[in-house]
Amino acid sequence: MASNSSGGSSDRQRIAQQRLRVIAGHLQRPVDGDSAVLAAEYKAQGEQPGSSREEKTVPRRRQEIMKWNGWGYSDSRFFFNKKGQAEFTGKRYKLSGLIIPALKDWFESTFGASLQHKTPATPILNSSAVHPPTLNETFVEELKSTGIPFSHDAEDRVFRAHGHCLHEIFALREGKFGRVPDMVIWPNCHNDVVKVVELASKHNVCLIPYGGGTSVSSALECPPEETRSIVSLDTSQMNHILWIDEKNLTAHVEAGIVGQDLERLLNESGYCTGHEPDSMEFSSLGGWVATRASGMKKNIYGNIEDLVVHIKMVTPRGVIEKSCQGPRMSTGPDIHHFIMGSEGTLGVVTEVTMKIRPMPEYQKYGSVVFPNFEQGVACLREVARQRCAPASIRLMDNEQFKFGHALKPQVSSIFTSFLDGLKKFYITKFKGFDPNRLCVATLLFEGDRERVLQHEKQVYDIAAKFGGLAAGEDNGQRGYMLTFVIAYLRDLGMDYYVIGESFETSVPWDRVLDICQNVKERIVRECKDKGVQFPPLSTCRVTQTYDAGACVYFYFAFNYRGLSDPVHVYEQVEHAAREEILANGGSLSHHHGVGKLRKEWMRETVSSVGLGMLKSVKDFVDPNNIFGNRNLL
Amino acid sequence: MASTYRDSDRTGRASEEEFVDILEERRCSSDLGFALRTFNPQPYQRASPFSTADLNKAVLESQYLRYVAKEIAMETGSSLEEVREEAYGILDEISQNMQLGFIRLLGYTLTKVFKRLFTCIYVNMEGLNRLQQAIQETPVILMPNHRSYVDFLIISYILFTYDIPLPVVAAGIPLAGMKMVGEILRRSGAFFVRRAIGSDKLYWAVLSEYVKTIVRKGYAPLEFYVEGLRSRTLKSLTPKLGMMQMVLEPYFKGEVFDITLVPISISYDQVVEESLLAHELLGVPKPKESTMGLLKASKVLQKNCGTMHVNFGHPLSVRQLCQDKINRCQYNLAPRDLPQTPNAEVKACVSWLAHLMVRLQEQGSVVSPWSLMACLLLQAPVAVLTEEGLPWQQFIEKTLWLRKLALDFGASLNWPGKASDSDVMSSTVALHCSVVHLKAGRVYLVQDEEPQRKHPISPEQGVMSAAVAVLMLASYRNQALHIFVRPALLATAMHITKSTQRDELFTVFGFLQELFSYEFIFIPDNMSQDFEEACFLLKKCGAVHITQNEVIPSDTGLEVLSFLQALLQPFTDSYQVAFRYLSEDAVPVFTEKQFLPDLRDQATKLILSGELHTHEALSSDTQKNVLSALQRLEAVTKLRASNQNEYKVNKAAVRRIGDILSGKIPPQNLQTTPDARL
Repeated sequence: MASNSSGGSSDRQRIAQQRLRVIAGHLQRPVDGDSAVLAAEYKAQGEQPGSSREEKTVPRRRQEIMKWNGWGYSDSRFFFNKKGQAEFTGKRYKLSGLIIPALKDWFESTFGASLQHKTPATPILNSSAVHPPTLNETFVEELKSTGIPFSHDAEDRVFRAHGHCLHEIFALREGKFGRVPDMVIWPNCHNDVVKVVELASKHNVCLIPYGGGTSVSSALECPPEETRSIVSLDTSQMNHILWIDEKNLTAHVEAGIVGQDLERLLNESGYCTGHEPDSMEFSSLGGWVATRASGMKKNIYGNIEDLVVHIKMVTPRGVIEKSCQGPRMSTGPDIHHFIMGSEGTLGVVTEVTMKIRPMPEYQKYGSVVFPNFEQGVACLREVARQRCAPASIRLMDNEQFKFGHALKPQVSSIFTSFLDGLKKFYITKFKGFDPNRLCVATLLFEGDRERVLQHEKQVYDIAAKFGGLAAGEDNGQRGYMLTFVIAYLRDLGMDYYVIGESFETSVPWDRVLDICQNVKERIVRECKDKGVQFPPLSTCRVTQTYDAGACVYFYFAFNYRGLSDPVHVYEQVEHAAREEILANGGSLSHHHGVGKLRKEWMRETVSSVGLGMLKSVKDFVDPNNIFGNRNLL
Repeated sequence: MASTYRDSDRTGRASEEEFVDILEERRCSSDLGFALRTFNPQPYQRASPFSTADLNKAVLESQYLRYVAKEIAMETGSSLEEVREEAYGILDEISQNMQLGFIRLLGYTLTKVFKRLFTCIYVNMEGLNRLQQAIQETPVILMPNHRSYVDFLIISYILFTYDIPLPVVAAGIPLAGMKMVGEILRRSGAFFVRRAIGSDKLYWAVLSEYVKTIVRKGYAPLEFYVEGLRSRTLKSLTPKLGMMQMVLEPYFKGEVFDITLVPISISYDQVVEESLLAHELLGVPKPKESTMGLLKASKVLQKNCGTMHVNFGHPLSVRQLCQDKINRCQYNLAPRDLPQTPNAEVKACVSWLAHLMVRLQEQGSVVSPWSLMACLLLQAPVAVLTEEGLPWQQFIEKTLWLRKLALDFGASLNWPGKASDSDVMSSTVALHCSVVHLKAGRVYLVQDEEPQRKHPISPEQGVMSAAVAVLMLASYRNQALHIFVRPALLATAMHITKSTQRDELFTVFGFLQELFSYEFIFIPDNMSQDFEEACFLLKKCGAVHITQNEVIPSDTGLEVLSFLQALLQPFTDSYQVAFRYLSEDAVPVFTEKQFLPDLRDQATKLILSGELHTHEALSSDTQKNVLSALQRLEAVTKLRASNQNEYKVNKAAVRRIGDILSGKIPPQNLQTTPDARL
């Protein structure tokens, strides 16, 4: 551990320095107000802008601001008001406080749901229903002497026993708790983690690292067969930017920081990482590394593996890190690639050096309507071929397009609604697009103004070749907004017998259309076979483009009235859908990871030898299975 | 691939379904009005409007064809341009050009023809409804059996009548050569396929891409004969796997979610070209398809062929059928457009599906009283049939007995219920006056072509003349064979072994199935189930008692068992003749051209000498099947080096097979090859 002398002790100093730098940054920033759009504008605002950097989004007691049995902030949720109109509460989001008039009709007609049929969640977390903790007394004793904060309060433990898979949230809403961690620890810095891991190894305690809790792979579930005391290691308090290196454009950051804080803090110094996964409000840097995360703007900034320069991880064998920050090395297999995607099975990522970029001068949303999904995919393929993808380019299918439309907030002026009508008329009547087939690509351009405009023209020209019509910035922006509120919408659905989830894959270009069609169809058929009474919502979008393929997201939801075990049905259908994905040449996961949910397919995914390689790494690094979440392998 | 396919669960017995005569309406309304009716079918929901030209363009520009063209250019040294030009030519030869106008023309003409030719054309409406539904949901493959030229376009005609999207139909290339008619067929949706397509790489590539594009795009339902050609014997043929493979591949490769296969069984009271077929089997070459020929043949329109049944089977989901049989992931690691030879798993699955379709066609076919009568007539010696005749009353009773047996075995019969049984049978005889006639309470076999009698005929000519009638009878018997074949094989095994031991019977049953695998179509690797089925049916009709280890003939079972054994007797006899010829007289290396006439001469001699009792041994079909079976059993090998289909015979092996068939030695010495024929 000697190598970490620069770690925790000088934290405070460094934070002070950083603060100075940030303030300096503020002073130096050119005032070009409007054109610079903060990346976080459409996400929730954690606190009032300009608040002190000490106040981070995620408190130790998450329950103070977040739901215990649903997505996101307690103050933000959808509900149907007395008039039957959908409303979004709170003040954090652009949609907050607005009425969404079309949502009810869409909801009822899509799912066959009715506002009369409610399935409310258990309102309060009943602590007495939580199993009392199994504590390893000597571990606890020694931990106390280190001064690292911990808790075995039932609420704290329940919060860290789950991610956001449907079955996890469904169980919580019913007030059911399975095995939960026996204890939660909040280390404050790398050295704290080193101490915790040493103690856990010494006393044979099972550690499960916990970052933002946004996992959708059952990765946070406590293995029911685990008999040791399970300790959740919550990294959320390790959330500081330790330094920014402006010469090399890197930042050294504690891994517990959540995306929105990282971006906001860097923005204050005029920088950004550009890494924006859809979960960035809550997911943490360490979590991104541990799952091989991907960000919406990867076309400019790259995925996590492209962004990371240096990683420090604490394992039962000690700390693993590289000796330098060379931008690329030929030193055998890259040890970062043992860490990235290890899903908490090898250790805890504590600090990461990441690339940063100056904040973009200019951002512009856009959208293109295509007559059908095939044309849309062909256009995305061409954009990828010409390697001119904007920061983000996503293609929604027709169902999602309709869904997006249903989420339009009430328009304030007759003029806007008149304009909307005119647009619709132009596209469907004048251009002859079939409203039941057309689909929309949303775009986000970033960079300096001139180049953005040039780039924009290039992309629209390509789109035109595939019958695409530019459909305005609004549509584009709303498309991205949908990303952040969709998880809230699931909670609304669950109030009315509707359950659903999304899952993703990556697939070669020539298979994109087939996989979309086949998986959607499989979902519909499986639902029918499994006795689902109403046709499901089965939709997809292409969310990332690569040279050799694309990332595809599927959304799937259905009305479960009349089913005795809806979650089981849901799981069967999702399982079948994953089989279909694999049979169609799709990958097991593009960025959600494997966790425990997709473990069964690991062998066929990476071959027996591949699995053996991973196992032998695990056996060496963690022979006693201290990091015992049993993900992946 | 041991999993059985429970046919009985899926195929609705034809008898349970209501058949409607589609000619009835035609007879009381204007044909022109019918031809000009509004045609507004509900197409496949995912089909995008795609013209014939678009289709051809998509084929020519396909990545697959580009790969193959490049490969061929490399191999042959010709330029890519030339190869592509050639591909263009091939596509031109293949492609259909469906136009509604021509469909209407055809609707008009066919109405006229069908009304003349048939009393009724029965179609099961439920089948059509299911088909209509299926066509909207997935690409559909229509798979009728092929018994007559009339089959061609009957499906299109029915679909036109009921507002269902019209199929594109695979047709033999000779039809394309007919003046005018070829073009009319092309414009009615026929596309033309050469015979023996396997060897020509470019041809295969163009055709398969054409077929796959049609399926992929859901361009139209695709109709083809899985048996490959018209069955001259009215018996099911070993399915051809090339087209089947092409049709299924879009599913295997995930290009479509599912494909629906619809078996269609067409059966006739009387087949228009019956005597033509019999002559063909006796070595008279088939007339070349030509427009003049067709016009000349229009005299057959004077003839009444009774009724025709078209039974649309249950649509089958390829996805469901292939579950656990195909691992679609195997296509993940190479571009799907790359030419690949299918692996063993795929081949086996394609073969299994093709055989399954044949079985379902058999089960769906509606058997006429005439077929049952033919089964019985053939069991009487030819001399008796021609000279003395069979007592009519006795024959009626025996036929009714057989009807009961057939029903016990689950057959669907077309036995009119309104008239009395004897009326049904006499009108059947009247319909088939070219084969049998009824005189003074006895039934006689009609000798071929009476006018020839001017000159005294040689004994050999006499044999041939009787053979025509026998083969015509045999072809109608063949239409009913599928009902009896499994129990008949068991009865034959019992006859050969004189044993009641289940194991022993099973071995011989298996041997017979192997030996007759070109005569009767069995699903590969399904022998145990076939055996079980045979036992079950024999037990059901009370012919045997079944214990754990034994199959024992019951006291009353003799009639059934001897009928069944006699049903297959012509086959065993014919095979024995061929074995004898091959193991004694034949030269060690011979060509097919030599083999057929030589064997026919030998058989004729044996018939004249009274040693051989069946004229079926003269059929070239039987003879070819023997040759194929012996090849399969590795007693005869085809010499690869020669171009002239030369065969080399292992006389000892042939003799051994003959001995097993006659029960002299038990069959364990026999080599059998695991099945994967493609």
